[in-house]
Amino acid sequence: MTAPQNAPRRVHVLGGNRIPFGKIGGAYRGVSNRDMMTAALDGLIARYSLQNERIGEVAGGAVLKRAADFNLTRESVLGTALDPHTPAIDMQKACATGLETLNFVTAKIRLGQIDSGIAGGVDSASDAPIEVSDSLRRKLHTLSRAKTAGQRLSLVGSLRPSDFAPLAPRNSEPRTGLSMGEHQAITTREWGITREEQDELAAASHRNLAAAYEEGFFDTLMTGYRGCGRDEFLRPDTTVEKLAGLKTVFGKEQATMTAGNSTGLSDGASAVLVGTEEWAAARGLTPLAEVVDFRAAATDYVHGDEGLLMAPVEAMPRLLADNGLTIDDIDFFEIHEAFAGTVLSTLKAWESREYMVDRLGFDDVLGTVPREKLNVKGSSLAAGHPFAATGGRIVASLATMLRTAADDTGRTQRGVISVCAASGQGVVCLLQAEPVGQEDK
Amino acid sequence: MAAPNLYGSFVKSPVGGLLAKQLGLPRPAHLPRRADRDELVLSPAVVLGDSTGADDIAARLLDWGADVRRRADDTGSVGSLLLVLDDLRRPEDIAGLIQQARAAVKKLQPGGRIITVSRTPDGADPVVDSARGAVEGLLRSLGHEVRRGATANGIQVAPEFPLSAVSVEHALRFFLSARSAFVDGQLLRIDADTGTAPADWNQPLAGRTIVVTGAARGIGEAIARTLAADGADLILVDMMNAGTELSRLATELGGRPVLADVTQERTTAALIAAADGSPIDGVVHNAGITRDKLFANMTQDRWEAVIAVNLRSQLAITRALRDEDALGADYRHVGIASTSGIAGNRGQTNYAASKAGVMAYVDALAGDLAESGGTANAVAPGFIETEMTATMPVVTREVARLLNSLHQGGLPQDVAEAVAFLLSPAAGGIRGETLRVCGQNLVGR
Repeated sequence: MTAPQNAPRRVHVLGGNRIPFGKIGGAYRGVSNRDMMTAALDGLIARYSLQNERIGEVAGGAVLKRAADFNLTRESVLGTALDPHTPAIDMQKACATGLETLNFVTAKIRLGQIDSGIAGGVDSASDAPIEVSDSLRRKLHTLSRAKTAGQRLSLVGSLRPSDFAPLAPRNSEPRTGLSMGEHQAITTREWGITREEQDELAAASHRNLAAAYEEGFFDTLMTGYRGCGRDEFLRPDTTVEKLAGLKTVFGKEQATMTAGNSTGLSDGASAVLVGTEEWAAARGLTPLAEVVDFRAAATDYVHGDEGLLMAPVEAMPRLLADNGLTIDDIDFFEIHEAFAGTVLSTLKAWESREYMVDRLGFDDVLGTVPREKLNVKGSSLAAGHPFAATGGRIVASLATMLRTAADDTGRTQRGVISVCAASGQGVVCLLQAEPVGQEDK
Repeated sequence: MAAPNLYGSFVKSPVGGLLAKQLGLPRPAHLPRRADRDELVLSPAVVLGDSTGADDIAARLLDWGADVRRRADDTGSVGSLLLVLDDLRRPEDIAGLIQQARAAVKKLQPGGRIITVSRTPDGADPVVDSARGAVEGLLRSLGHEVRRGATANGIQVAPEFPLSAVSVEHALRFFLSARSAFVDGQLLRIDADTGTAPADWNQPLAGRTIVVTGAARGIGEAIARTLAADGADLILVDMMNAGTELSRLATELGGRPVLADVTQERTTAALIAAADGSPIDGVVHNAGITRDKLFANMTQDRWEAVIAVNLRSQLAITRALRDEDALGADYRHVGIASTSGIAGNRGQTNYAASKAGVMAYVDALAGDLAESGGTANAVAPGFIETEMTATMPVVTREVARLLNSLHQGGLPQDVAEAVAFLLSPAAGGIRGETLRVCGQNLVGR
């Protein structure tokens, strides 16, 4: 370390790995979060020869956790070939979990607490927790404290069939009672996003993801698991015409959102390796891209008439301005496709003077995102979206794109990531890659 | 996934064993492998023959710590029998050894070894060639006759090279050791005195960068484990859908995983990247598929898929690696063939074609590579207990197991041992051969 003691250090994405994302009830049916997270770590360890390595911190998490997922990340680490002295932490910020785990380990490295980290996340819709009813839980707790046979008998006698109705995790916002899709349907309608636009975005996602597979883009980003070698949602042959035939599922009037332009319930896990340049060099690893910065924001979707998934609209201009950048400086935009409507509403908002200046108080609009720079290797509509795993998917893919583009063009390449999350939150992230000398090409 | 071994279990039971003995039914013996048997040579070792070559081999076995005898009648049992017939001039010359050899065969220990060492017929003198050719019939018949896990194999050395050639030593070590447990009735030709002895015969692949395709499971996994134990630096290749199995194996063995489809052009670049500047010293083309159908029902797709993976990929990868100058000087190409490719198999026209193609290819490629000290060879497994054979119909599987001199299926490790043998720097004189690992399957040579 040559920098002064307290100067922030630069942190680089060194590599990533994910398992292909599965459909609910698909290849990973009956597979636990821990099994999937362990598999994602195992692939990362093998690819970068990290066996017996003592990583500074592994940060992971899941949005849907069973009781058995206690200390999920640390338990996953213990199942791998990493040095068992590697610390780990579970975090959760809905769909932004993956970006926040990266933010967390990056910050630790920046501050000199650690030199390396793994950020990731996992989620299973197939193996989601199912809880017992409040009444049954209370009775069972009372039963466990009962001292006499009579007390026990009377408690058992009080059990009613209705106590046994299982509770699956709710897909609705606790404060509004609306599902995420219903929330987005409101935003989609408010921004005047058409069905055709949404289906076009969905078709492009499938087309881009299929092309990425075809060119071998995922050969060094993915490790197949349980016989699955490709994202199960991917439909390489889907078209706008085929998508136009689907029934709408969210929104009451002028409904435009379908299963084709909304992400499906998914299973999967991802992991991203980050570290200082020195740590990487000592292990023969080449940095893909620098982790430059993050910003988080939140909307008042409960009382404030703001879109549930619109927090990144505010976070992104702040991220760019604070780093002295404009939208024209960005070569790749990764906007998580929770719904096609989310991406399109976000793009429109960034172009809207009324929204950006009058409502959010910025000096100017952010501007127009060129479509040819948007989600160029596909995104969640085609890949699927296991909530906490999505951040890691995007970071590793974007870092790889930036490295390739920087080396191909000989110029600095910058990319941004925008991820919206439940409860009105959003996180954005900036990555940057410098070209490596010709001899390394 | 071990498939049930109905006959094998039956004859191991008291009643079954008695019945089998009374009726003269085959009784499969336990075959000691590398982990079961430490010593290189089973002693006493009887070396028969009065040539200087025989003296050299006897001296070499003494160096290896064996109890070496030059006669068979002064020992209670025989662990290894070497018939050194390198100076045969006439067919009747073999007769001189018969008395002693017969005595030795009678006393052969369970798991014992018979090895003939002779010269390759070269067309120079028909009388000499007739004698040299006769050795093959002798050893193949001995393979059928010996019992209790013993085997008989032959080493045939080109007439212009001395028996001190490093590949001869290498072959002797292989056939004498437990590594050749399921190799029986085979005649291995040594065509040159090229090759180099490893610094440590227990780590023969130390410092060698070896690629294994289809490495995630079955025979490929066994090859990877065996090569790792022999000291190789491994690059393990398999399809994306086997990624986690491959990654876990790579981590365990300290190798590098490459997730790639061997039929795709970009695979070569991935291999070169994984080698990270080291020359690739060997490629084991193990990736293979079956798409069985009677020929009358064979579809274009089934035919093409099998040819593409089993044969075409070997050609394409080899050419691309040579074009990129990525191979080491004493490169070792090992193709996986099959006894189906030798004898044919009902329902496997596509598979047998691909495997026969592999054997012809390594023969031709060996000629190309010879100048730089490289070799190309194939290993042809017979019936091996794998996930693939576990899916065979029960009766077919039971019969297939018995149709060889050892009356059992081989293990993936047996194929791996043969592969490791051919990959060694010491195997430089073995060129264009197909080594069968089949327990002397009744079909083909």
